[in-house]
Amino acid sequence: MSTELHLPQRAPAPETHAAEGHLEADRRTFVIQPARRWPHLDVRELWHYRELLTTLVWRDIVVRYKQTFLGVAWALLVPAMTAFVYIIVFGRFAKFPHGNTPYPVLVVAGVVPMQYFAAAVGNSSASLMANLALVTKVYFPRVLLPLAAVVVPIVDLLVALPVLFVVMAVYGSWPNGAAGATAPLFIGLAFFTALGIGFLLSTINVRWRDVPYMIPVFLQILPLVSGVMYSLNEIPAKWQWLFSLNPMSTAIAGWRWAMLGQAAPNWGQAAVSVTVSALLFFGGLAVFRTFEPRFADTI
Amino acid sequence: MAIAIEAQGLSKRYRIGQLQAAYGTLRDSLARVAARAVGRDEHNEVEEIWALRDVSFSVSEGEVLGLVGRNGAGKSTLLKILTRITTPTTGRAVIRGRVGSLLEVGTGFNPELTGRENVFLNGSILGMKRREIQQKLDQIIEFSGVEKFIDTPVKRYSSGMGVRLAFSVAAHLEPEILLVDEVLAVGDAEFQQRCLGRMEDLSGAGRTVLFVSHNMQAINQLCDRAIWLEDGRVMEDGEPSDVVTHYLHSTWGSGSRISWRDDESAPGDDLVRMLSVRAIDEDGETIDTIDVRRTAGVEIRYRVLREGSPLFAKLKVHDRQGDIAFNAMDIAPHWEESSETGVYSTTAWIPPNLLNEGTTSIDVALCTLRAPKLLQHAAWYDAVSFYVFDPGDGDSARGRFTGQLRGVVRPLLEWTTERLDA
Repeated sequence: MSTELHLPQRAPAPETHAAEGHLEADRRTFVIQPARRWPHLDVRELWHYRELLTTLVWRDIVVRYKQTFLGVAWALLVPAMTAFVYIIVFGRFAKFPHGNTPYPVLVVAGVVPMQYFAAAVGNSSASLMANLALVTKVYFPRVLLPLAAVVVPIVDLLVALPVLFVVMAVYGSWPNGAAGATAPLFIGLAFFTALGIGFLLSTINVRWRDVPYMIPVFLQILPLVSGVMYSLNEIPAKWQWLFSLNPMSTAIAGWRWAMLGQAAPNWGQAAVSVTVSALLFFGGLAVFRTFEPRFADTI
Repeated sequence: MAIAIEAQGLSKRYRIGQLQAAYGTLRDSLARVAARAVGRDEHNEVEEIWALRDVSFSVSEGEVLGLVGRNGAGKSTLLKILTRITTPTTGRAVIRGRVGSLLEVGTGFNPELTGRENVFLNGSILGMKRREIQQKLDQIIEFSGVEKFIDTPVKRYSSGMGVRLAFSVAAHLEPEILLVDEVLAVGDAEFQQRCLGRMEDLSGAGRTVLFVSHNMQAINQLCDRAIWLEDGRVMEDGEPSDVVTHYLHSTWGSGSRISWRDDESAPGDDLVRMLSVRAIDEDGETIDTIDVRRTAGVEIRYRVLREGSPLFAKLKVHDRQGDIAFNAMDIAPHWEESSETGVYSTTAWIPPNLLNEGTTSIDVALCTLRAPKLLQHAAWYDAVSFYVFDPGDGDSARGRFTGQLRGVVRPLLEWTTERLDA
């Protein structure tokens, strides 16, 4: 190939640039040094990168809805079909007890947060590997990747909500007055639990590539032990305490309490769930931050 | 002048495993742990590599610093540390100002998204604010020259269009400090020229630029200073022309001779086999470098296996970019009528003051002529190379001029001037 490069002549004198003004504003001094021994979270930095977080979320949503043939319908179909199968198998054939709530309402209200949680865990665990090109080529707080990955399925959750509302209307179930306002809190519990697990698994995933194969197994068992197709109140009290170690059991029980006016969850058990969730979140974050400086070298 | 980048004793250690198979499967890891427990692990010891060793330097505000060195010398590692993609093992660096880094053109481009959407995505990843992208959107699209397809998914773009759009985003990044890696290696000449032009604008506007390149001409032309990294250490830090010369000197010195151990591996056919090729000076010594004012020779040794064919040697002389200076052939070989079997040595003498400064590479061939065709019986591309330098004593074609003189050749012409109005 014969290409000749015509090099531009050097500009004689530095000119002041028009954009100088706003650059001054976010002028920062960085100190680059060996990774700290103890993890910490630079909240100011995260705030600085908030726009990138929204961009990453926006990208995943747009790409997801562009790529799939059924688009939005997919977010409706998956929970609807899952709920349908549960209702037939567990409600009709196995005749699971459902207290005073109609069984279909009970199931749909359980499936919606569970679907969110499964998607959030799956996405966030894969988030570092899925964004390999970014991790090795540009700096930003890596925490944004699993974080964006648990935010994205909230859209699917919102799309699936009308299914729940329709079923609730059909069976005449209504939110429990003031308790209804607390519904987002229980999704929040699922959110932080999924994020904690996402931190942990995405970190492990960078090192051990066979770990993602174990996630679907975990996610298939989870609905069975979270009370998706039955109400936690129906099982013996001494087992309920064991179930409360799983934050999703409280998330679903609380969500049903808020949305369907079911009996309130046992608050002692809820406290156990919240504690487990907090341990997962902070533990996951600490592990993530500890290994973060090495991601680009290992990936 | 204020310091924009200050690096003190930066070192980076990789475990060998970390470079090659840093990741693996949990199953393998567990198997290894188990093997270690029963004392059956052979590859137990971890080897370490220092990709950077005690690298210190500083860059003043508005300075353009070039980073040269061969592959694996630590340039990319240094850049990755300065861009905070990875952390140093020891040492520290202080960076004052808004940093923009360009380790790749089009980082994060998503094929499903349209050109416009990718501008926002890529700009945001490179650290631009949404407001800033919005303001520059029209300029970015116009500069890219893909206006017509801006709302088409990037997966339908030709690769050239994708690169142009990506570069256009990068070009509108306005950091105070720009760290660039080998961006010039991609794209066609026009694209490279635009990249260089854009970097010129930035440095002209008082921006600090640190850039890694294998394009020595660009380093020479654009940089105020250059650093040569070798084996993770700073070999030299100084004037770009000096640093580039010394670096090239060390890199291209190894190609001054080539020989083949046996006829099997040697280039050739049943008529002739090449034995060796050397770059030499007038005294017949093998050379890595030659003074532009002296004669250089290319000596080819070969074995003629069959008699009767009028063989002759041919050279193709080109520079590192592959631009051909000239082809030359022996028009009067001593056996014009017939050749005998045996071992021969033929040397071509390249006159002084012909080749330009820089690395010269030579392809050699042994041919017969079956008019109008030239048949190559033995040929070797890039057989030898040497570095032509000009000590700048004033008696070469550059006279007392010290700037860049472009061209593949640089002959010393005879000039005549006469006064006409006397």
